[in-house]
Amino acid sequence: MADLRPEDKLDPAGLTVPVPPGHRSNSRLERVLRSGRFAVTAELNPPDSANPEDVYEAARPLSEVADAINATDASGANCHMSSLGICSLLARVGYGSVFQISCRDRNRIAIQGDVLGAAVIGVSNILCLTGDGVGVGDQPGAKPVFDFDAISLLRTLRTMRDDGMFLSGRKITSPPKIFLGAAENPCIPPFETRADRLAKKVEAGAEFIQTNYIYDVDLFKRFMDRVRDMGLHERVFILAGVGPLASARAAKWMRTNVPGIHVPDAIIERLEGAEKQGLEGKKICIELIQKIREIAGVSGVHVMAYRREELVSEIISESGVLEGRHASDRRRRRAARATSG
Amino acid sequence: MYAVRRYAVRHARFFERLYNSFEPVMVFLDPIFRSMGYNRLERPVAAVERAVKGLLFDCQMCGQCVLSSTGMSCPMNCPKNLRNGPCGGVRQNGHCEVKPLMKCVWIDAWEGAARMKGGDKIQTVQPPVDRSLEGSSSWLRVAREMAEQKRATREAERHALAEAFSEARAEEPAAVPLAREPDAARPHREANESTTVIETAEAPQGKV
Repeated sequence: MADLRPEDKLDPAGLTVPVPPGHRSNSRLERVLRSGRFAVTAELNPPDSANPEDVYEAARPLSEVADAINATDASGANCHMSSLGICSLLARVGYGSVFQISCRDRNRIAIQGDVLGAAVIGVSNILCLTGDGVGVGDQPGAKPVFDFDAISLLRTLRTMRDDGMFLSGRKITSPPKIFLGAAENPCIPPFETRADRLAKKVEAGAEFIQTNYIYDVDLFKRFMDRVRDMGLHERVFILAGVGPLASARAAKWMRTNVPGIHVPDAIIERLEGAEKQGLEGKKICIELIQKIREIAGVSGVHVMAYRREELVSEIISESGVLEGRHASDRRRRRAARATSG
Repeated sequence: MYAVRRYAVRHARFFERLYNSFEPVMVFLDPIFRSMGYNRLERPVAAVERAVKGLLFDCQMCGQCVLSSTGMSCPMNCPKNLRNGPCGGVRQNGHCEVKPLMKCVWIDAWEGAARMKGGDKIQTVQPPVDRSLEGSSSWLRVAREMAEQKRATREAERHALAEAFSEARAEEPAAVPLAREPDAARPHREANESTTVIETAEAPQGKV
């Protein structure tokens, strides 16, 4: 073992691959964003099983359309397969992942260790979240941890990466190469200070932002106006969160039961008036993506739909945001030209 | 008490002014606290602090008070103990996701900060709470830390001097001292800084 030449050493996660200049990581998402292309991320909802095929089944349709797949961390305080477990499965087959860390369930010792563990697996995007309260989940008797909040977590991970040390000051001999993200929720109070909070996240270390569901484009536009006024769009990549609503009833339920979701009445009325509400929900989502894309300072979209990954994949393809950069698109066009010519 | 806590936020400017006059006094008293022993003072001071701040701000005695940076709205009253701003779950009426009857602690914080002179401090990134300090006095900690900062500035001056006069430092180290000095080694300097020290420092001399 001792005499291994450097080139003989196994490097399954590509950890010795040099990070491109001006980049923090080898993340594909980071590369897409820094090259100025419109980025797409999508959310994978973890299964309640220990079968890897369940993860791959959900990931496959997303892998065709997304630059990175978010693996949620017990979102809504409901217990599922861990984000780290999913990221490791995705890395095995070469899919880009976003490792989500919620501050609700683990303390600083666990989280800092997990970040190193994730980095060796090949995770290069990490999303720092506060996390929903335990009360809304399936095990409300759990002890809420909240040792960090999203912002102190961001600063901690940045310290681990840039200064090569734990919060204790102990040295990390090989710091993790990670691209740091955070969430923002532009459509809920306090509206006036949401951009200030974003500034604080950027200050703490956020390099990309994935927002919660946006259904109220006007509200989001107002938020982005403020973001541009503050020059934040030049310091952080903002990916707007969108998702299809299954029906007017589901929308109403989400609005009252899921924390942090605002669905305007106009959207619910439109769904109620539609013959096929599911189809209308998909249409609304595609329109939202197209409208959001036109807003200055938006760098991409983050598409979410609980356990409907196929639908997410269709929405992304049909919205046209990948037009011209997807290899399969080019192939399809070439094929079309060949048959028509 | 919820009503008093909300009152404090509405009068954040007043409490800011009050605290800004209280803090220098605590720092000024550091030499006395040190001579009495911070250890001995910890429990009685913490008890007073708990009573006063508990009444005014529903203080949870985290021991690392940041009220001046949070619009006088105590972030430890947030069910998620968030120290850096609201979460993404705030209800449309501005109330808390976890406690629907309570207004979001951080909406209050931003409103309080808007009333304060140093309200901008709300943008400062706060570290996670050191849970081992829970229950201890933040007031005494401020006194200690601010005094220590002053001393550190002095230490930095000495380092600069040692670097600028490195030959002298090597040959006559006492002329360019670097090691930490005991307080008794420089009574004049302490005396210049606080008149109370003169009293305490002169008292034993008088006895001799």
